[in-house]
Amino acid sequence: MPKRTDIKKIMVLGAGPIVIGQACEFDYSGTQGCRALKSLGFEVVLLNSNPATIMTDPEFADRTYVEPLLPEIAERIIEKERPDALLPTLGGQTALNLAVELARRGVLEEYGVQLIGASLSAIETAEDRDLFKKAMERAGQLLPKSGYATSVADAVALGETLGYPLVIRSSFTLGGQGSGLVKDRRQLREAARIGIAASPNGSILIEECLLGWKEFELEVMRDRADNVVIVCAIENFDPMGVHTGDSITVAPAQTLTDRCYQRMRDAALRIIREIKIEAGGCNIQFSVHPDTGEMRIIEMNPRVSRSSALASKATGFPIAKISALLAAGLTLDEIPNDITKKTPACFEPSLDYCVVKIPRWAFEKFRITERRLGTRMKSVGEVMAIGRTFPEALLKGWRALETGGDLLPGAASPEQMEELETSLPEANPDRLRDLFRALAANVTPAELSRLTGIDPWFLHQMKRITDFDHLLRDTGWDEDRVRAAKRLGFSDRHLAFRFGMKEREVRMKRIAAGIVPVMKAVDTCGAEFQAETPYFYSTYEEESEIPEPKKPRVLILGSGPNRIGQGLEFDYCCVQAALELKTRGFEVLIANSNPETVSTDYDVSSRLYFEPLTAEDVLNVVDAEKPIGVIVQLGGQTPLKLAKALHEAGVPILGTSYDGLDLAENRSRFRELVEELELMQPESRIAGSRETALACADTLGYPVLVRPSYVLGGRGMRVVYSRLDLEDWLLREALISDDEPVLLDKFLEGALEIDVDAVCDGETVLVGAVMEHIEEAGIHSGDSTCVIPPFTLGDHTINEVRRITATLARALGVKGLMNVQYAVRHDHVYILEANPRASRTVPFVSKAVGIPLARLAARVMTGERLSDIRPAEPDVSMVSVKKPVLPFNRFPGEDALLGPEMKSTGEVMGRDLDFGRALAKAHLGSGEPLPTSGTVFLSIRDDDKRSITFMAKKLAELGYGLVATRGTARFLRRNGIRVREVF
Amino acid sequence: MTRRPAAMLALEDGRVFRGEGFGAATETTGEVVFNTAMTGYQEVMSDPSYCGQILTFTYPLIGNYGVNDEDWESSALRAQGMVVRDLCEVPSNWRSTGTLHDLLASRGVPGISGLDTRALTRHLRDQGTMRGCLSTISTNAGELIEKARKSPKMEGLALADLVTCVEPYWWGEDGMTETEPVADRAKPLVVAFDFGIKWNILRLLRAEGFKVRVVPARTPAAEVLAMKPDGVFLSNGPGDPEPLDFAIRATREVCAKVPVFGICLGHQLIGLAFGAKTLKLKFGHRGANHPVIDRRNGVVEVTSQNHGFMVDAATLPDGEFELTHFSGNDGTLEGMVHRSLPIFSCQYHPESAPGPHDSRPWFRAFADAVGKRRGKKLQPLAVGGKA
Repeated sequence: MPKRTDIKKIMVLGAGPIVIGQACEFDYSGTQGCRALKSLGFEVVLLNSNPATIMTDPEFADRTYVEPLLPEIAERIIEKERPDALLPTLGGQTALNLAVELARRGVLEEYGVQLIGASLSAIETAEDRDLFKKAMERAGQLLPKSGYATSVADAVALGETLGYPLVIRSSFTLGGQGSGLVKDRRQLREAARIGIAASPNGSILIEECLLGWKEFELEVMRDRADNVVIVCAIENFDPMGVHTGDSITVAPAQTLTDRCYQRMRDAALRIIREIKIEAGGCNIQFSVHPDTGEMRIIEMNPRVSRSSALASKATGFPIAKISALLAAGLTLDEIPNDITKKTPACFEPSLDYCVVKIPRWAFEKFRITERRLGTRMKSVGEVMAIGRTFPEALLKGWRALETGGDLLPGAASPEQMEELETSLPEANPDRLRDLFRALAANVTPAELSRLTGIDPWFLHQMKRITDFDHLLRDTGWDEDRVRAAKRLGFSDRHLAFRFGMKEREVRMKRIAAGIVPVMKAVDTCGAEFQAETPYFYSTYEEESEIPEPKKPRVLILGSGPNRIGQGLEFDYCCVQAALELKTRGFEVLIANSNPETVSTDYDVSSRLYFEPLTAEDVLNVVDAEKPIGVIVQLGGQTPLKLAKALHEAGVPILGTSYDGLDLAENRSRFRELVEELELMQPESRIAGSRETALACADTLGYPVLVRPSYVLGGRGMRVVYSRLDLEDWLLREALISDDEPVLLDKFLEGALEIDVDAVCDGETVLVGAVMEHIEEAGIHSGDSTCVIPPFTLGDHTINEVRRITATLARALGVKGLMNVQYAVRHDHVYILEANPRASRTVPFVSKAVGIPLARLAARVMTGERLSDIRPAEPDVSMVSVKKPVLPFNRFPGEDALLGPEMKSTGEVMGRDLDFGRALAKAHLGSGEPLPTSGTVFLSIRDDDKRSITFMAKKLAELGYGLVATRGTARFLRRNGIRVREVF
Repeated sequence: MTRRPAAMLALEDGRVFRGEGFGAATETTGEVVFNTAMTGYQEVMSDPSYCGQILTFTYPLIGNYGVNDEDWESSALRAQGMVVRDLCEVPSNWRSTGTLHDLLASRGVPGISGLDTRALTRHLRDQGTMRGCLSTISTNAGELIEKARKSPKMEGLALADLVTCVEPYWWGEDGMTETEPVADRAKPLVVAFDFGIKWNILRLLRAEGFKVRVVPARTPAAEVLAMKPDGVFLSNGPGDPEPLDFAIRATREVCAKVPVFGICLGHQLIGLAFGAKTLKLKFGHRGANHPVIDRRNGVVEVTSQNHGFMVDAATLPDGEFELTHFSGNDGTLEGMVHRSLPIFSCQYHPESAPGPHDSRPWFRAFADAVGKRRGKKLQPLAVGGKA
């Protein structure tokens, strides 16, 4: 069936800010979807509040609204745009919920908007556990035994009937928020209380615990001619009980016979038909009893998901794109397979490799939170790795996490083993490492399987790794053994460690022996057909498949797994640069390990390398492709950290030279530079011991900003106000030594913080924007709300900031992007930090002022000059506010106070003609709408008291109650304002 | 980890692949082909249609769930040899009763692992399937290449005699049986010609309500018709269909008398019986993900396939058959229905095993046709719709 002609204009809903459980995979999906719809000639209207997304770049939709994803706002847009259809299945649970709300309010009916991709009844059936249960009965499928409770008492009564342990779930939630595993009545009471409160309809589901059952997911697609295909089967390494977002997963399924797999496939077909997904995709989760093969349906998501993004990357089958095309009326047999170009999409991908996904957590950011993993998702990112064997994919994935996985851990001692026996049964972020340690200590896979419920297959495969490592221990360099080790996935770094060599030596010797990887294509069809779209991974085999180069090649390094402080924003820069350079005569190669991103969509680059971002793996790509240079400044710290190794290996770095990067990074070199340029920096010291640190702090005078020498996202950073504070910090945070010193800066209290993003070609400097932080200096810039144009700064200060930025850029020899953070106090501008690389704010600035900074940077890096490019002037006629979104609801008990350590996972943008409205929109978009009634707490220091009278009066007039601390209350009363005194 | 012997796969064009041997310590020759199914290695290895072939699995991790007593598609391993990237030594599955290595060793079938199976597959795809020699006892490339070259070519090779049953048998609830199953006595009878039949076909025919009798490949049509069958089934099987003149003759004779359903080789025999030609495909269709489109209604089935030959649609007599099913990948003929007689056939495997169950309606259609016809004159059939 050809595309629908009754629809001309389609509104697409994005997913909003990045939160745990809903990350940039929805930018990937949305970007694909928008592109697909536009390619069919539809007019696309996009709504998404997240400015850091690629999809909100102007070219991906005909009209883009960077506005809060709220029914009131969506209605206004619908009223104005009059779309024929609404596509809500690409924007995660947020978009789905919004669509349901719009339908329920009658908005869709009023304006004649059709819901496409999934009907209201399909969404409701999939999401409402009761309807879902009935549908599954009709489809002849079994769900876990269960019942509902709307009160804690009901819950307890039900719990007694079903027997513990039990799983608690509440409807309409994302990433399992409000879900939990309970083992007794006490835990049930607590979970029921939280779950009922978190559930929009005030009810929770209590069900049979399938703890220890095997878990699988199928990605299913159906078109309006009722053709159904399974895109991918994913098997979870961790058994039931761990949220799939927190599980290591593997594709395709490994331990199912064809009979069992087909039974699951049959069930999936019945389910998608029963739920009536007419033209789109869904994800269905299954569990299988490890000893009997009994099967249960866990849930179904009638939309693209984290898993579908993973499945797309794992198979080369672009689920979001196809979903959009199906929603627009095409059928699977009419859509060509992107990769082969010749065969149709109505097939099921056949893999000839193994894919492993490993989550990455950020527990180090949330110290007091329990590290146990359960049914509530807590990971902030993930990596995917491809290998021809499971050990190879696992080891590649593990080192791609950038958490030290390029070295295998040693065997656990008997005492440690005793501890592990207690800790292993409960999943935690270290379980993979602990399994390696236990296997190395000769604990059998059978025993570990008994402890953890992990299928013995995985453990035996891991044992291949530890057994081989044992062999490596006993011998020195042996060519055959090294070759075998590389085939199993061992890193050069680990071999170096075993052989007592340097990593570089291992690499040289290995290459001399001809032990080099080949690059193989991901082609959806197990090599049955010629692949046209190039998507590659490395492995140690015979035949490489890289095509002959036609143009000069540029390699862009991505940013690896999402983490707090390094996520979507950097991917945005990589994607923009790739798209730009492709149009400028280059073959653009991207190397990245993050399956959630747009950069790992094979459509973005000329060739995609799904590889860990370690020196070894990147150099392998460089050796295979011989690019004219590598771009390291766009992907954040991850590629930047590789600059040294690349530089030493003689690989040209495009843009700012390695020396320039080092000059900015190296604290003492940078301090000298600042002095030489006669600029100002807060006074600082470096301390290699506890005593020196305390002495330095005394010299600087408190408060002092302290941090470990290597930081990302302000990891471990703190403002200390007293010696006691500092002692406490040194005790808890810092492994202080001469090699890993602690940095101390004089903290400028009460200063304003300014951020600047600029592009420089070595001479000309283009300042994208000067951003003013609303919070005072000391809150990590990633957690601050900031505004363009600056709201309180005078022209003089702004000009001074611009002047300093230009001076610094030239002095550092910046070719590409640079971000500088300043503190302004008493009209003095202090440099806090200068980073000659992309920053988190580049997408925000680009959207706020209409200048594609990353694209300009890419052109500059490949030799163009700003004076020739002649970019437009930044447009600051609108006010844009960027507001962070914080994950505290995931980490009960965590202190919600902000500081120099970044804790936000994402951001939203509010944009309007004036500051107030822009700020209000940003609040709306972040899910923290400004309250329109209630009580306001005021506590104002003496210097500012006079300026508060007007505001307090205004608030009282608007009907807010006021409470204040004693001094403030007294002051306000003197001015005739009613206020209640507290404290 | 057990130490595995060095092994080699040598192709007739001189390319050799080195790896480690598993299964039996022996040597074999055959046509080297590849299958892209990711599950079902036991079913595939025991599929008689692979007789004469050395089978490469494009999915690299093979042996993961072991082997069991239930997933057999015939009583023996039928492929000559097995080629995999990574053999699993310690399987895990609740139905597993042993390892793939032990099974191959006990049945005298050699396997090779550790080679670049993707390079091999690309080679076969680009150059076409070719003869090869797989040895787990020698790595003398020159000798093995020579053996590959001396082995028979698949074109013109009649293999049905090697895999067909010696004596007729019944298919009952528990599989093969010598006596007529009591429970099935009153059901319509289907006689299945065994050119290398897969057991799942028999299971499904029986599940559709037939009494199932299997006869050897060379059984004359008259003998079959004397059994008064309500329908005749023409099975899949290995080799080139063209030299099977006895089968082509029998097919022609039964087609005139009773409803006939053919799968794979059976489909080719029907084509040949009606005067069409068969062709050899460059590298065949082997896997479990091949889209087949019913051009009458646009319905797509994801199918299980295993064929190296095909009916040349252009050579079928004009207007005799409605050409209904085509490969989504290369547009070749995948299914046809006779316009005036109850005869129909498909080139792919609606019984799957391994593979998706999308195409089961073929069996239902056959049952319907036979049921409707009992005692009446022959009428054409309709196949199609969803599982």
